[in-house]
Amino acid sequence: MEKRIFDNPADPSLDRVDGRVKVTGKATYSAEYAVPNLAHAVLVTSTIAKGVITGIDAEKANSAPGVLAVISHLNAPKVPGWGSAAQPAERAPIGTSFRVFYDHFVYFDGQPVAMVVADTHERAVYAASLLKITYQSEKHRTHFEANVQQAIVPLNVQRNKTSPFADYDRGEKGQVEAHIEAEYTIPTQHHQPMEPHAIVAVWEAEDKLTVYDKNQGVKSAQGQLAQAFKIPRENVRVIAKYIGGAFGSGIRVWPHTIAAVLAAKHVGRPVKLVLGREQMFTSVGYRPYTVQKLTIGASKNGKLTSITHEGIGQTSAYEEHLERTILASRSLYACPHVSTRYRLLSLDVNTPTWMRGPGDATGMFALESAMDEMAFALNIDPLDFRIKNYAELDQERNLPWSAKSLKECYVLGAEKFGWKNRKLEPKSMQKDGVLVGYGMASSLYGFHRHPSKARAVMQADGSVIVQSATMDIGPGTGTAMTRIAAKVLGIHAKMVRFDLGDSALPDAPGQNGSSTIPSVGSAVHDVCVALRDRLIEMAFEMPGFATKEKSQVVVRNGQVLASMADTNGVSFGDILKHHHRNELEISAESKSGPERDQYSMYSFGCHFVEVEVSPFTGEVHVTRVVTCADVGTIINYKTARSQSIGGIVGGIGMALMEESAMDHRYGRYVTSDFSSYHIPVHADIPPIEVYYIDKPDVHVNPIGSKGLGEIAIVGVAAAVANAVFHATGKRIRQLPITPDKLI
Amino acid sequence: MANDHPDDQKDDMHDPAHEDRRFFLKQSVAFAGLSLAAPHWPLAGTDPDDVPIGNAEKVKLSLTINGAKKRLTVDPRMTLLDVLRENLGLNGTKKGCDFGQCGACTVHVNGQRTLSCLTFAVMQHSRKVETVESLAKGKVLHPLQEAFIKHDGFQCGYCTPGQLMSAVSCIREGQAGSAQEVREYMSGNLCRCGAYPNIVDAILEVKSKGLKV
Repeated sequence: MEKRIFDNPADPSLDRVDGRVKVTGKATYSAEYAVPNLAHAVLVTSTIAKGVITGIDAEKANSAPGVLAVISHLNAPKVPGWGSAAQPAERAPIGTSFRVFYDHFVYFDGQPVAMVVADTHERAVYAASLLKITYQSEKHRTHFEANVQQAIVPLNVQRNKTSPFADYDRGEKGQVEAHIEAEYTIPTQHHQPMEPHAIVAVWEAEDKLTVYDKNQGVKSAQGQLAQAFKIPRENVRVIAKYIGGAFGSGIRVWPHTIAAVLAAKHVGRPVKLVLGREQMFTSVGYRPYTVQKLTIGASKNGKLTSITHEGIGQTSAYEEHLERTILASRSLYACPHVSTRYRLLSLDVNTPTWMRGPGDATGMFALESAMDEMAFALNIDPLDFRIKNYAELDQERNLPWSAKSLKECYVLGAEKFGWKNRKLEPKSMQKDGVLVGYGMASSLYGFHRHPSKARAVMQADGSVIVQSATMDIGPGTGTAMTRIAAKVLGIHAKMVRFDLGDSALPDAPGQNGSSTIPSVGSAVHDVCVALRDRLIEMAFEMPGFATKEKSQVVVRNGQVLASMADTNGVSFGDILKHHHRNELEISAESKSGPERDQYSMYSFGCHFVEVEVSPFTGEVHVTRVVTCADVGTIINYKTARSQSIGGIVGGIGMALMEESAMDHRYGRYVTSDFSSYHIPVHADIPPIEVYYIDKPDVHVNPIGSKGLGEIAIVGVAAAVANAVFHATGKRIRQLPITPDKLI
Repeated sequence: MANDHPDDQKDDMHDPAHEDRRFFLKQSVAFAGLSLAAPHWPLAGTDPDDVPIGNAEKVKLSLTINGAKKRLTVDPRMTLLDVLRENLGLNGTKKGCDFGQCGACTVHVNGQRTLSCLTFAVMQHSRKVETVESLAKGKVLHPLQEAFIKHDGFQCGYCTPGQLMSAVSCIREGQAGSAQEVREYMSGNLCRCGAYPNIVDAILEVKSKGLKV
C-alpha cells in the first residue's frame, strides 16, 4: 500500500475546525442573522392539488395587528427574469421552473400561494390563519401505479439523443441458464434536514440584494437570483456559512427563497422566512417515487450473461427531474449484455430533486437486491457471486478504471464483519428466539470534479487564510481544506483559517455529487503549492539562500529549509518581512484535464449488515454494520468516518422507515412531521465500523481523493433488505421494510 | 397558572407599580389560550373571528436565563424557544420542528430537560432556564462539549445544542449506564447527519470518567 499522505498514526486526524462554535451554540445558521428592522414572513400553501385560485380574501389578515403585507400573485412585485404572465394565463409547459406568485394556477398541494409579512412571527402566523383562499379544483393525478401507463421517454432525452438516459443496449444475450425477474419500488422520501430551510432577505439598494439562505451552493444561488431579478451577479451576495444539513434539499433555489426576496422588496424591509416542518414536504424537493424492473440472466456457474434494468421515476407536471437510477447496471459488473430503459411519469406533485446518492441509492437498491436474488437462485454466496462478476474495466465506456479497489473492500469488509460465519440458507440463523440475517451490497458513485478557484493569503505572522466559495452542509469541508493547506505549506493546522459559504469568495461548485474534496480540495492544494513555491522563490532572493540547491528545499514548521536535514531555516514571516510585505496573496484555479477521457472514474465501496428480526412482530433491528470504501486518499479520517456512518444511518432510514405517504383523494401528504415521517433515532442505530483502502487515485486530481458522501448511502438499503431476506426468507421489494410486510 | 409559582418575591416587574401582577398574568394567559386556540381549534360557542388580541399581546414576566434574571415583555403566543432566539439573541437553542418531535430545542427548566418549542414563555415565569450557552465556563468547555468534539458527535451541528442539553440530563438522571441505555434515553433527540454512534461514545466517555456534568 502506498504511503498514507494525510492520515496516519504520526499525524492523526484534526478535530473539526468549527467544533467549538458548534458545541457552544455560536455557529450562525441562516435564520439567525440579526438584521435591523427585520420583518417576519409566513408562507401560506395551497389546499388543492390542481386547479386555479379564484379568490384571496386578505381583508381580515391585512387589518390584523402588525401586518405589513399579504402577498400573492395578485400583488407580488414582478420577477423580471420571468416576464409577464400570459393573458389569458396558461399552464406552464413542462420544463418551466415553478414561478411563485406568478399566476393563479395550482400545480400541487402545498404549493406556496401567498405570504403574510408582519412585524413579529406570532402576528404573521395569526394573520395567515385569517386568510381566505378559494379555489376551483380540477381532477388531479398523484397516484403513481394508477397512472404509470402514461410514463414517457423524458422530453429531455427525446430532444437529446446523446443523453445518458437514452435507451441503452449492449452486446448479445448469452446463454441464460438461470434468471430472475423482479420489480422494486421506492416510495417518495424526503431529506428533512434538522434545520428547516430558512432565509433572511435584505435589499441593500434597488438593485443590490443580500440573502442569508440555506442552500448548498452560494455561487449557483447567486447566479439564479441575479438572473431572476435581472441584476448584475456581483450585486447579489449569498451567505451560508453554517448549514444544518441538507442532503440535496439545498441544491436549487426553491420558490420560498424567491418569495422571501419578493416580500422584502414589497415591504421595503428585510424579511425572514423559516419553513415549518410540514412545509418541508412540498416547498423543497425529495427523492422521487420510483419503480424498477430488473431481469438478470446468468450461467449455472455464476457468470452474468444479461442485465435488463428499467426505471420509471416520478416528476412534476411542470418540470422533468432525471437521475442516475438505471446507470449503475451498465458498469458495476462484467456482463456481456446490458439493456436499460428510463421513463418519467408526470404527476400533480412538486418537482423532486437530488437526495443523497441521487439515482444510485435508488437504482442500487434494485440492482443489489436483484444480484442477491440471483445468487440465491444459483445457490451461490452473494459475495462470491459479485467477485465472480467483478468488472476489471468499465464496459459501458470501454475504458480502464482510474483506480478500483472494490475487491480489496470486499475482502476487508468480509473479514471485519465475519461474513464467513454466514450460513447460505435463509432463515437458518437464530439467536435468543430472533431470526438473524447477514446481507451485503456494493456501492459506487461517479467521480465529479468541477473547475474551482481558491485564494491563499499568507499573513505577516506566518498564518494563512484560504478562501473559496465552497460549502459545508456537515461533512467538515473547512476541516479537510485546513488539513490540505497545512500539509502542503508545512504549517500547523492552527495557523490556517479556511473561509467558505460566501458568494464574494473565489468561485467554487456547490456541495453536491460528492464533488467538494475532488474539486475544491484540488484548488486548495494547487493554491497552497503556488504559495509555497512563491515563498521559496522569495527565500532564494534573501542573503544566505541564493547559494543553496533549489531541488533540496523543503518547507516545515512554517519555515523554508535548505534541505531535509536543515534545522535552521527562514520563517515565512521573516520572508515577508524581508520583502517588506504585510501579506502575500496567491489565487489559483484547478480543473480536470484529458484524463477524463482516458479513464472511467468512480468511488467504490461495500456494506455488510446484520439484522435481527422478531418472528412474532416482524420488527427489524440492524445490530451491526461494517462499511468499507475506496475513495482514494482519505484527507481526514475522523470526519470521513462520520460521513460514512451518516450514510449508513440514512440508508437504514431509507430501508426500514422512510416513506412520504400521500392521501390520493386530496393529493396531499399525510406524513407532515417527524411523528409520521420516521427517520432513525439513537435507539435504531448500532455501532458502525468504517474502513478505507486509503490508496491515492493518481489519475483523478493532485490529491488523489474521490468523493465519499454518496457512496456512504448507496447500496445500504439493499444490504439491509438482503439481510432481512437472509433472516426471514422473505424478499421485500417495496421500501420501507416495515413489520406489516414481514408478518 | 400563576398559582404554580410562589409569589413571595418582591414584585419589581411593573412600572407604574399599581398593577396586580397575579391578576395581570392570569388574565393574559387566559387570553393567550384563546387567541392561540381559535384559529385552528375553535372553542365551542366561540366565534373564531372574535378573538381577543390587542393589549393581550404584551405580557410581562421574568425568567432566570443562564443565571441572569431577565424581565421581559412578550407576546403570550411566544414559545420559550422563540423568546430565547428572537428576543434574547440566544440562537444556540435550535428550532427543528416546532412540534416537540426532534429535540433540537432542548433546554433545562429548573434543571429538567424541556422542549422549549412546546412551552409558552409565560408558562415558565419565575423559573430558571439553562441553554447550551450556559455549558462552557468562559473559555473552558463543558466535559460533554469536549467529548463531542473529540468523538466528532456531530456534522452539521444543528441538533448539537439539543443533544448536549439532553446528554447532560441523561447522565444526571442516571440513564447513561450502558450504550443501550444512552441510546434509549437520547432517542428524543434526532440527528439527520447520523452522528448517533459518536454521540453515544461521547456520553459514555464522560460518564465513565465520572466527570461532573
